Amino acid sequence: MSTTSTEVQPHGGHGDHEHNPYHQHHFATMEQQFDTSKLGMWLFLVTEILLFGGLFVGFGLMQQRYPREFIEAHEHLKQVISGKLFPLYGAFNTIVLLVSSWTMVMGVNAAQTDQRKKLIRYLVITILLACVFLGVKYVEYEHKFHDGLLPGIFYKHQAEDIIKGTHGYATFFSFYFMMTGLHGIHVLVGIGLLGWLVVRAKRGDFTSAYYTPVDLVGLYWHIVDMIWIYLFPLYYLIS
Amino acid sequence: MSSHTESHAHHGGPKIYTANLFALLFLTVITVAAASFNFGSANVVIALAIATVKAILVALFFMHLVWDKPVNAIIAIAGFLFLGVFLMFDFLDVTTRDHLQPANMAPMQNATPVPDTMNPLKAAPPQPLTPPPAAPEEHK
Amino acid sequence: MEPVLTSGARIGDRPRPRKNYLNETKGIWSWMTTVDHKRIGIMYLVATLTAFLLGGIFALLVRLTLLTPQHKLFGLQVTAETYNRFFTLHGAIMVFLFIIPSIPGSLTNFVLPLMLGAKDVAFPRLNLASFYLWIVGAVMAVASMIIGAVDTGWTFYTPYSTTTSGTVTLMTAAVFVLGFSSIFTGLNFIATVHKLRAPGMGWFDMPLFVWGMYSTAVIQVLATPVLGITLVLLMLERVFQIGIFDSRIGGDPVLFQHFFWFYSHPAVYIMILPGMAIISELIPTFSRKTIFGYRAIAYSSVSLALLSFIVWGHHMFVAGQSQLATVVFSALTFLVAIPSGVKVFNWLTTMYKGNISLETPMLYAISFLMLFAIGGLTGIFLGTLSTDIHLTDTYFVVAHFHYVMMGSTVTAFIGGLHYWWPKMTGRMPSEKWGRVAAVLWFIGFNATFLPQFILGSRGMPRRYYNYLDQFQPLHAFSTVGSWIIGLSLFTTAAYLLASLRKPADAPDNPWGGTTMEWQTSSPPITHNFEDTPVLEHEPYDYRPRTVAH
Repeated sequence: MSTTSTEVQPHGGHGDHEHNPYHQHHFATMEQQFDTSKLGMWLFLVTEILLFGGLFVGFGLMQQRYPREFIEAHEHLKQVISGKLFPLYGAFNTIVLLVSSWTMVMGVNAAQTDQRKKLIRYLVITILLACVFLGVKYVEYEHKFHDGLLPGIFYKHQAEDIIKGTHGYATFFSFYFMMTGLHGIHVLVGIGLLGWLVVRAKRGDFTSAYYTPVDLVGLYWHIVDMIWIYLFPLYYLIS
Repeated sequence: MSSHTESHAHHGGPKIYTANLFALLFLTVITVAAASFNFGSANVVIALAIATVKAILVALFFMHLVWDKPVNAIIAIAGFLFLGVFLMFDFLDVTTRDHLQPANMAPMQNATPVPDTMNPLKAAPPQPLTPPPAAPEEHK
Repeated sequence: MEPVLTSGARIGDRPRPRKNYLNETKGIWSWMTTVDHKRIGIMYLVATLTAFLLGGIFALLVRLTLLTPQHKLFGLQVTAETYNRFFTLHGAIMVFLFIIPSIPGSLTNFVLPLMLGAKDVAFPRLNLASFYLWIVGAVMAVASMIIGAVDTGWTFYTPYSTTTSGTVTLMTAAVFVLGFSSIFTGLNFIATVHKLRAPGMGWFDMPLFVWGMYSTAVIQVLATPVLGITLVLLMLERVFQIGIFDSRIGGDPVLFQHFFWFYSHPAVYIMILPGMAIISELIPTFSRKTIFGYRAIAYSSVSLALLSFIVWGHHMFVAGQSQLATVVFSALTFLVAIPSGVKVFNWLTTMYKGNISLETPMLYAISFLMLFAIGGLTGIFLGTLSTDIHLTDTYFVVAHFHYVMMGSTVTAFIGGLHYWWPKMTGRMPSEKWGRVAAVLWFIGFNATFLPQFILGSRGMPRRYYNYLDQFQPLHAFSTVGSWIIGLSLFTTAAYLLASLRKPADAPDNPWGGTTMEWQTSSPPITHNFEDTPVLEHEPYDYRPRTVAH
């Protein structure tokens, strides 16, 4: 029975030439510690997927319930550009987040190859892009607040096209604010984590032998991007 | 287990990441363009399919899954799989609620009328409950 | 029966180390800041048992109110609202504060790394964070009871929960926090099992307890986030009327049940799988026989975990979901019987021609087999559409899930507690009183819940505080049974606590177990093992051998 073992864990005498200050005592090697952290991060990301997933499912079912109202309501998320409706803010933010994902992964690459200056530069650019994203989001929210396109009991939009009853419309904006809001909170947390990485990178904590936090924050940042990749077509493009 | 000191350090690289970024930007342009045409209900499918391709590109290259230990990919797939289960059964319910109930849709023709004793509007007010029988200790 | 020869280690063959995890450092602060999985396990044990006491008191109050149809409690009139609060608090505390965190948080935290030959769980600080989240959640839950009260039942069904007054929002926030505590525990165990097994230990060399807890952890990670978002939606629905669950503002109340049961049905397996995991250890140890069908039991744990995600609709047969969905969910529900049956038959076959010794943990294990058989079989009645329409929301349901939750999981928990008590504390509990309490538990449990099957099949609805006179004898019988359960648990608490007063007397391997936790001292040293243990034989190998070392 014991011969079926395929994933024998390395214990001792492997890899670690000198003791790394970040090596925790219950792991045999840094290698094992890195793999474990990464596995834990992926498990956490799965919980994030399912947390947002609940909202996506709720959105889908409510769209099933109010298909016409949802399509009418989503046009408020678009802007008029030369006489046509175009999802300006949404598309711009999509590009911003995609580029920030690229700068993040370049930062991880810099950490892996011991390029500290480059790492710090990429991390700072990522933070700036995240701030741009939130700035655009702020402008967008501002418009919605002004028009009374708000969730639940706060819904006050009185335009002629939606005076037949606000059930589906208010629900659409409830979901819009819940999902983009929760996503925005994740971006804020991401900015905090990236800032922490910058401080530690300046202190010289990260080397090619130990860059676990950079890698894990990178994974987190990509999942935030990935959620937006789904939010964008669902909210800004469905017609 | 011989090569795992190499397994996470030097895969990928700026060229692949940059190529991936351009692929993602290209797909974004495609999806915005596709939304301006009216394909009917296929619009949603197209938009979500492109989004899924983008998500897979992010996961494979930016999140290193293509070079990583397979267990991480299995975990990620499991997350989406179970989300799919959740979505599928919910839609199974809400999209079929009007089906399969002809008996309830037709008015009841030959049903026995409810006797007055069972009708709360016509029946006599309920009798107050009587005090309990002897002490329950007999069951000990 | 010669445990000296059949187990890997000789009884008491090593001098007891002077320092162990209990006395290595001293003071309350050293406990509160510990990252040692064994100490966190002990803290979880104390905390969840306190919740068990609180939930138990509410259970006794519920039963006492139902003693007569006059709903008097110690001569005072109990209003319907008060009764609703009693059963809500009983349910919410038992589910969210006791059963879900108890076995993973306490016994598993303590034993799982030892069984794998690891020094700790994968993320020790996350482990401590999980415990403190539990504390925060518990404080919020208790606060919601003191400030106001919750009368929705532990399921928080809409539309009642979105319209009732009371502190539903605070209670759901508490459950949200408790959910994250549960996620962190599960995440930790998965990573530990994947990465921290002793050298030479493959997946199929792990004890079956680990397989059971691994399956549990998978559910904790995959299902609990959906509960989190459900409760957030419920809170927002109450506060902002976002219009998803409340039909007055265009929502769908049945949708809440979908969301809730997508978590809470798997959560039922978060509760039962740890119980099965413990039984898989107790039966071979006290039968002195290699487990029969090791792989079948391991696979059945995993398949139960996966099946648990596709049967949730059987809680909603009469709630207004579509008939097609109802039929599909009913058919899928029957699949659950397969892995459950596989387990029970393998345990029975393990006992067959074994050298069974009826020590306290084994008495609980045998009780488990009988009670789980009843609980499992009555589940088939409820999964069948035609009978379920008659039995929905009656005492039959109450009796069924108490046979599974309490008769199975809590029985296994108490059995496991006795099994590992010597390892955790270094003391042997009283065997005589242990057997008395185990027998009382079995009698009291059946006296309480067997009558409820009859009540339910005759139409006694659950959650009603009023009932027809004809049900009174059975209700009274059930209430007396609850007192016997109380007596049994009180006895257990008394002799377990009494054992702490005597000097350490437990040998390293009092039961002759073959898994790795018995290879270290009782209680273990802080780093668990003197040297990194090496796996020498598969688990449950009771063939006579010459003693190693």
